[in-house]
Amino acid sequence: MRKVAIVGVGLTKFGESWHRGFREMITEAGIRALADANMPGSDIDALYGGTMAAGRLIGQEHITALIADSMGLNPIPATRVEAACASGSVAMRAGYMAVASGIHDQVVVGGVEKMTDVSTGEVTSALGGAGDQEWELFMGATFPSLYALMARRHMHDYGTTEEQMAHAAVKNHYNAARNKYAQYQKEITLDTVMKSKVISSPLKMFDCSPITDGAAAAVLVPLEKARKYTDTPIEIVASAQASDTLSLHSRESLTRLNAAIEASKKAYGQAKLKPSDIDVAEVHDCFTIAELIAIEDLGFCKKGEGGKMTEQGETALNSKISVNTSGGLKGCGHPVGATGVKQIAEIVWQLRGEAEKRQVKKADIGLTHNVGGSGATCVVHILKRGD
Amino acid sequence: MIGIVGYGAYVPHYRIKAEEIARTWGEDGWRIIKGLGVQEKSVPDLDEDTATMAVESARNAVVHAGIKGKSIGAVFVGSESHPYAVKPTATIVAEAVGATPHLTAADFEFACKAGTTAIQCCMGMVSSGMVEYGLAIGADTAQGRPGDALEYTASAGAGSFIIGKKNAVAEILGTYSYTTDTPDFWRRPSADFPSHGGRFTGEPAYFKHVVNASKGLMEKMKIGPEDVDYVVFHQPNAKFPRHAAKILGIDSKKLEPGLLTPLIGNTYSGASMLGLAAVLDVAKPGQHVLVTSFGSGAGSDSFLIKIKDEIEEKRSRLVPVMNYVNNKEYLDYALYVKHRKKLKSL
Amino acid sequence: MLGSPSSWRRIPERYGLIGSRCETCKTNYFPSRQICPVCRRRGKIVEKAYTGKGKIYSFTKVNVPPAGFEIEAPYMLAIIELDEGPKLTAQVVDCEERDVKIGLPVRMVFRKIQESGREGLIHYGFKFALSK
Repeated sequence: MRKVAIVGVGLTKFGESWHRGFREMITEAGIRALADANMPGSDIDALYGGTMAAGRLIGQEHITALIADSMGLNPIPATRVEAACASGSVAMRAGYMAVASGIHDQVVVGGVEKMTDVSTGEVTSALGGAGDQEWELFMGATFPSLYALMARRHMHDYGTTEEQMAHAAVKNHYNAARNKYAQYQKEITLDTVMKSKVISSPLKMFDCSPITDGAAAAVLVPLEKARKYTDTPIEIVASAQASDTLSLHSRESLTRLNAAIEASKKAYGQAKLKPSDIDVAEVHDCFTIAELIAIEDLGFCKKGEGGKMTEQGETALNSKISVNTSGGLKGCGHPVGATGVKQIAEIVWQLRGEAEKRQVKKADIGLTHNVGGSGATCVVHILKRGD
Repeated sequence: MIGIVGYGAYVPHYRIKAEEIARTWGEDGWRIIKGLGVQEKSVPDLDEDTATMAVESARNAVVHAGIKGKSIGAVFVGSESHPYAVKPTATIVAEAVGATPHLTAADFEFACKAGTTAIQCCMGMVSSGMVEYGLAIGADTAQGRPGDALEYTASAGAGSFIIGKKNAVAEILGTYSYTTDTPDFWRRPSADFPSHGGRFTGEPAYFKHVVNASKGLMEKMKIGPEDVDYVVFHQPNAKFPRHAAKILGIDSKKLEPGLLTPLIGNTYSGASMLGLAAVLDVAKPGQHVLVTSFGSGAGSDSFLIKIKDEIEEKRSRLVPVMNYVNNKEYLDYALYVKHRKKLKSL
Repeated sequence: MLGSPSSWRRIPERYGLIGSRCETCKTNYFPSRQICPVCRRRGKIVEKAYTGKGKIYSFTKVNVPPAGFEIEAPYMLAIIELDEGPKLTAQVVDCEERDVKIGLPVRMVFRKIQESGREGLIHYGFKFALSK
């Protein structure tokens, strides 16, 4: 196995992209990543793409062929992977494995979702496909409702409050307001969250990540070749993935994600690091409760203390551990297939010291945590400055 | 001996008051309540229909009977609001009570009396030895055109009866029907709501058939009104059955335990079935019940039923009709319109 | 929109709560499983009918429904823990949010779950009601 480094990343501005479609977005992100890596397209050996629901959202399958074509990269192999909201990270991991194994040298990884071409009801139904169609969605469950079921149980078991959850949204909007790529550029108050419309009780509008268009890309090379492209290579020191039951109800507990616990344990093992070594983390806050559970699963606090830790500001920018400096899914937006790759881009910028107004002062080691569905897939990557 | 081995009821949770309907249409609430004798009516939830109510009542009946679903050889569902025009309700019920696949099943329609006709068919099949048990159901989510007099009464409910020979809680001593072609009430396939003949639904339709069927049965069984302890008549409102009892010289006190219309409205195919169930809930061994249904179009089925000792033994397995009647939540007219999907855009 | 076969093959599970059980480790499953994840090939999977009694494990009031559930919203959705062990997701009917608490006993009822449009199939199955 070879060591793998990230030498370039690129994002589109996240938000409602009325003027640009799927292909324009992913092409722009890809071009930016290649430019960031100072790499000519002719160097790329393979492409891995993550998208969740292009078939439902834009009626397009075979999307990596489209991306390779659109980026002018034919005839390289172009492979799509799908793991719901974790599609981007699973694509990252596919790219990582291709480079680590020596099968390919220069790989571009993309993640993309175009979500605003259809109605909200259709988006809700399409995203529902990340859960169990026959035993959850069929019964009238939605993604907010599945996370609401987790939230209600977390409140019941650990005394977590709606205000504690709301603090995660406030913090993530604060960070998003300092990220030019983020969908939301405005800070919000606790009151904004608490008074927003109830979507699926106890989750309110501002507990939920929005519907977002966006694309993200990253360029991976063997670490030993990284200096050819950049002075600041970022090494992938862990790439771990785990699975769990597709349906939430089949799990013993609703208040932890076993796939996240499993993937993070493996990742810490691979990197020979512990949770307290992490300076900055991008975690999957599709809903505020998800961030609370994520920081518990990742070992940043004790089980059940995610609410308290968040409320006390220990996950804010430049606190105990800076969580979701990009604004997270909540503030930066959640173009489903792009999210996992965007998380990587954010950590890369943080470790390079290029995160501008949201730069974490000491950022040597960063982690990404990307969840598919209600926790049936979880991918954890740990990145480190390659110098 | 052919009898009722078990029975079950179902009435939805929601109600609307006649007063609230009257308010919507600028009518005099108290005059309507006084005229029809109906204070409120049941309203199905958005996810309820004839099939779901039939299943709920049938499951209660199977538990009450203490039999295995597989031993049911026939399922007949009488209704004028089958969820599908083509595709049986009876197969849904048969599957849901675990009776499939070795049985026969069909849907019946005869306005409000299809359920009692289903009982007669089951009696024939059981007595001939074709089946061990037959499940007869009357269920409706009755339609009433907004603003029509029917809207004050057209409600929802279901009654299920398991007919068999063994361990019956009541014996059916005899049955008699009276049928003519009388167009007092109808609905064409494409119409959302039924039409009716107004006052024509009274004397030549309801009263003629209910009275003649009841008389015919009493003559056949060689009994008089004094020989029955309870009477159940089809109950489109509270006034008609009381008047029919008067014509037949029956003490109206015998009618009251089975007269549910004032509290739940007219459950159409469910009405006589639920009325009988309510009587069986309180009747004592040895007592006699006269039941006469009425279906527009028109016809009546009359039954003479004798309560048996087994009724006491099986009572603990019962969900009494009054449990459903008393467990309720009121809707205003707007929510009622939503529940009944009366807005075309829904 | 759901076609006939996908709905039809789930009828025993959705109408009658028929799941499965591993005779080797005595674990009950709902919905049914082809293989016991604990015992794998040593497991012996048999059919298991559930009584439909259970309790509320967690719940939410869905105000923003997915396509096909618009007219029913808002509705109560819960994870129900069956008395025999397995948990499932279902709507809870005939109640308001204030009536529902974690741990309350519930029983299965038979309701319409979805309709494939005005002219399509009606899909029936289990929901739950608070036990009275």
